[in-house]
Amino acid sequence: MARPVQYNITDKPLEKPYSIVQGPEGYMGEGFFASKLSDVVGLARKNSIWPLPFATSCCGIEFMALMASHYDLARFGSERVSFTPRQCDLLMVIGTIAKKMAPVVKQVYLQMAEPRWVLAMGACASSGGIFDTYSVLQGIDQVIPVDVYVPGCPPRPEAVIDGFLRVQELVGSENLRRRNSPRYKELMETYGIQ
Amino acid sequence: MEKFDEELTGWEEPYGMLTFTSDKNLNLKVLQFLFDDPELGFQFMTDLTAVHYPNQEGKELAVVYHLHNLKENVRIRYKIFTDIQKPDVYTASALFSAANWMERETFDFFGVNFVGHPNLKRILNVEEMEYFPLRKEYPLEDQKRTDKDDEMFGRD
Repeated sequence: MARPVQYNITDKPLEKPYSIVQGPEGYMGEGFFASKLSDVVGLARKNSIWPLPFATSCCGIEFMALMASHYDLARFGSERVSFTPRQCDLLMVIGTIAKKMAPVVKQVYLQMAEPRWVLAMGACASSGGIFDTYSVLQGIDQVIPVDVYVPGCPPRPEAVIDGFLRVQELVGSENLRRRNSPRYKELMETYGIQ
Repeated sequence: MEKFDEELTGWEEPYGMLTFTSDKNLNLKVLQFLFDDPELGFQFMTDLTAVHYPNQEGKELAVVYHLHNLKENVRIRYKIFTDIQKPDVYTASALFSAANWMERETFDFFGVNFVGHPNLKRILNVEEMEYFPLRKEYPLEDQKRTDKDDEMFGRD
């Protein structure tokens, strides 16, 4: 039988009967609210990330568990999971990527529109995992730039939610000019992406 | 089987599955006979693979065919041995269309050259790979890897 649950055993009452996202800091007056544009845009973007689950193997099942009702990912804004790269914000690479699949992953990444983020879920996507062989790509970051790595084999859904929250932090605090900066362009050059 | 009485050797029955061997040039004749004969009727090829025996000189690569008789539910295994310096075997894809991709896989991993195959290319590995991975001389890890830290893995 499974080990008994050790966390989250006592029922905690909710702090408020509703839940609302905290607004950005700004200067409020009568009828106006002044804040930084990147804060407001980041707030809107981070609470409505549409992921693309590029699910390949066993971690895909953990992703299915993640999107189900028990560990709901939709409460963080990813209600609509897209399977086309043209309409998604976050590419979640879930599972083992073989060397033969690497150009496909790169194509999918290139088809995404800016701003785009990548989350590598699982040990195989982060670094090849236990499959140190001739056919497995040893980590996604050999072909595409990755923002957040979630280790685990497979990672528990709570761990993926933690990774997703870090992606949300990255999205919320991103500088609006980052995608045009020379440092970003250098990063893209190292991967051979224009 | 009286037709081939002299050429078929190596009769054994591991785990209840009859196994026999012959010379590699006879493989198409034997397969055709097993296919056509009304009593035998082995018309279903379940598996085509290869085994690398590095210690047998001149007969290193064994190509193994698994055939199945659907009417009487009988399975049989047929092995042919070939030299690793010249691994040419006649293709069975004219007789069994399942052999097409299985021969490509055998070529991909062992380097057995199937003479007469319509499209002998690598099927599961990357096209530019120069070696045949499942031969015994190659370890499982990718030897072309540069970023592995040997200290952490206990190697020097």
